[in-house]
Amino acid sequence: MRQSLHAEWTKLRTVAGPGWLLLAAIALTAAAGAIAANAVNCPGGGCQVDPAKVSLTGIYLGQAIVAIVAVTAVSGEYSTGMIRLTLTATPRRWQVLAAKAAVVGAATLVTGAVAALASVLAGGLLLARHGIVPAHGYEALSLGNGTILRAAAGSVLYLALIALLGLGVATVIRDSAVAIGVVLGLLYLFPIIASFVSDPDWHRHLNQISPMTAGLYVQASTGLRSLPLTPWQGLGVLAIWAAGAMLGGGLLLRYRDA
Amino acid sequence: MSTTTVPYRPEQHAGRDGFGPLLRAEWTKFRTVRGWGTGLLVGCLLIVGLGALTGANSVCSDATPQNPNGVACPAPSTGPGGEWVDDSFYFVRQPLAGNGSITVRVTSLTGLYGTHPSQAAGIVPTAGMVPGVQPWSKAGIIIKASAAQGSAYAAMMVTGSHGVRMQWDFTHDVAGLAGSVSAASPRWLRLTRSGDVISGYDSADGVHWTLVGTATLTGLPATAQGGLFATTPGHTVISNSPGTTSAKGGPALATGVLDHVSRQGAWAAGRWTGQEIHRPLDNPLPASAMGFTQAGDRFTVSGSGDIAPSGAEAGSTAAQTLTGTFAGLIAVVVIGVMFITAEYRRGLILTTFSASPRRGRVLAAKAIVLAAVTFVASLIAIVITIPLGEHLLRENGNPIFPLTALTEAQIAGGTAALLAVSAVLALAVGALLRRSAGAVTAVIACIVLPYLLAVLPGVLPGGAEEWLVRVTPAAAFAIQQIVPAYPQVYASYTPGSGYFPLAPWAGFAVLCAWAALALALATYTLHRRDV
Repeated sequence: MRQSLHAEWTKLRTVAGPGWLLLAAIALTAAAGAIAANAVNCPGGGCQVDPAKVSLTGIYLGQAIVAIVAVTAVSGEYSTGMIRLTLTATPRRWQVLAAKAAVVGAATLVTGAVAALASVLAGGLLLARHGIVPAHGYEALSLGNGTILRAAAGSVLYLALIALLGLGVATVIRDSAVAIGVVLGLLYLFPIIASFVSDPDWHRHLNQISPMTAGLYVQASTGLRSLPLTPWQGLGVLAIWAAGAMLGGGLLLRYRDA
Repeated sequence: MSTTTVPYRPEQHAGRDGFGPLLRAEWTKFRTVRGWGTGLLVGCLLIVGLGALTGANSVCSDATPQNPNGVACPAPSTGPGGEWVDDSFYFVRQPLAGNGSITVRVTSLTGLYGTHPSQAAGIVPTAGMVPGVQPWSKAGIIIKASAAQGSAYAAMMVTGSHGVRMQWDFTHDVAGLAGSVSAASPRWLRLTRSGDVISGYDSADGVHWTLVGTATLTGLPATAQGGLFATTPGHTVISNSPGTTSAKGGPALATGVLDHVSRQGAWAAGRWTGQEIHRPLDNPLPASAMGFTQAGDRFTVSGSGDIAPSGAEAGSTAAQTLTGTFAGLIAVVVIGVMFITAEYRRGLILTTFSASPRRGRVLAAKAIVLAAVTFVASLIAIVITIPLGEHLLRENGNPIFPLTALTEAQIAGGTAALLAVSAVLALAVGALLRRSAGAVTAVIACIVLPYLLAVLPGVLPGGAEEWLVRVTPAAAFAIQQIVPAYPQVYASYTPGSGYFPLAPWAGFAVLCAWAALALALATYTLHRRDV
């Protein structure tokens, strides 16, 4: 297993793409969060602003880039034909998938931690300039505050789970364009369909099973009572999706040709 | 001495470098890859399937706690233009059997409103309500074809905070004198009927009159009803605060005091009849709150409701059957990117550029084939989805917003065109980046993500969402906007409720501009690069 991990780490770091993409993910996440925080216009307080959610808005962009990295980590091997070499070197196919998941997951965790830290810092500075401060009744945007720490740490875990979801889906669908289309479809289509359905029960259920909507409940710091799931339950829904995708990918990898 | 030799010219025909064979080559490439045809079919099935799913799961019934077995939601009345309208007010009327005019002086417009929505128990007494007038409270004079809801009318009125207005046939609204009305600054209003044409005049002193507007109500019957009216929409506070857009409020009542009532022309010399034109089911005010009192030529009229277009909230629209557009969009973007990147991956691009050295034409041929196939396939899917979705919605009790044939064609053709142009944009971005995963993500992040961020509540601060749906390619979704935003109705006009800041074809033009830019960049890089 140690050699598999070393091999996967070598593959990840020696291709130019993933490194630059992860740096771009950090930059875009922090930038989008700063723009959203700057756009808050609430003189005098009293509006329904969720400071954690606003400053971590950049996750919407960061998750797309993390999904690309995860999908190309698998489908790149198939498109170049290197998968045959990999599976020849490591006949235990579960080990290959586990090593990929470990390496990509760890890289995403580090990326997510830097991105979340930058977002919270930038968001805290910009929101304070617009009056969203504890004196007006909002949560203090610092990592010493338990709620904000939960939102930031949850967002980091969210990104890692998106990476695992992408890995699993790409192992099932070995083509990169279709795989990324399926991953983005899973993420974006549930909330859009939920916004068109007028039946409140269906609306609630769609939000409860949607990977992106439920996963991002972990960022909520206000209005928790109106959410259909608690923050950690929401992240658990995404974890179930990621586990299902990895399981499906592992089974197909084991029982298919290559 | 050698003779000059004729250089050897092989017997060759000029190369078949026409655009037609190039198109045929691209079409052959598209149809012989089984996965792309299958993908397009999957996209069409997703459009139809998601439309049917939304229709089957949107149930509308007017069940209330007093009446749990509700029947289908009633369709609102339609105005002369065919749109859904709210037509409820208190009418103090007399028949006008021909040409004539009516003149009044309005000296006050006051009101009461409740700050909470009506409780399920029913009647809300006016004793607990707060004094205050709504921005679009109305009191004045009206000439209406009959007392039926939705019939043609022309009215001169004073409003709560928009001054004197002339409104006719629900969708027309012209401003008159500004400023609110009071005993110190009264407003004189006059309506003059001449056949089908009704003219409205206002004045501040009763001597100098200004023509405000002229309404032509075709088919106005010879005997119309004319008189005084008062009405007010409910008290609504829409907060577009960062995070959510919510509308809350309560019922409202308006009272206007009109004196110096004088009439000329073919009026019946009888008593005034007071009548409440339609009470909405959710208006909890008691019937005793509405009415009129007369003291000589001075009338005090109280009413509640609104005379305005009502939008589509009471039912569903054809655009709601097109939920699957987004799924189809993702499928179409994936195929568009793969159409070009598959050539790079397999090395076929070398053959293609050798056979057709003019690279811009290759890209153009690909774009034409892709756009045509996508347009035809998605148009077929949409033409199946809209009637199917509307049938399912109707079965579930949703009234369907009435649309003209032109608007239905705009929605169907516009959505198919949106999918086709998105596919071309994906093709161009794929040619630029040459990497399929990055190209797919970039195009989806430009088209679907801005729409998602603008529509989801709780994500973006208000104001930023409007910027997103003006500038990004997601502006093209304006083509699915059915109901225009009326300035004379106070409502939440956000993308989340289906109102886009740009006109439909303007939004589509934004997407086309992005696609043209991407194609130009791709052509430029194709010429500059190796392959």
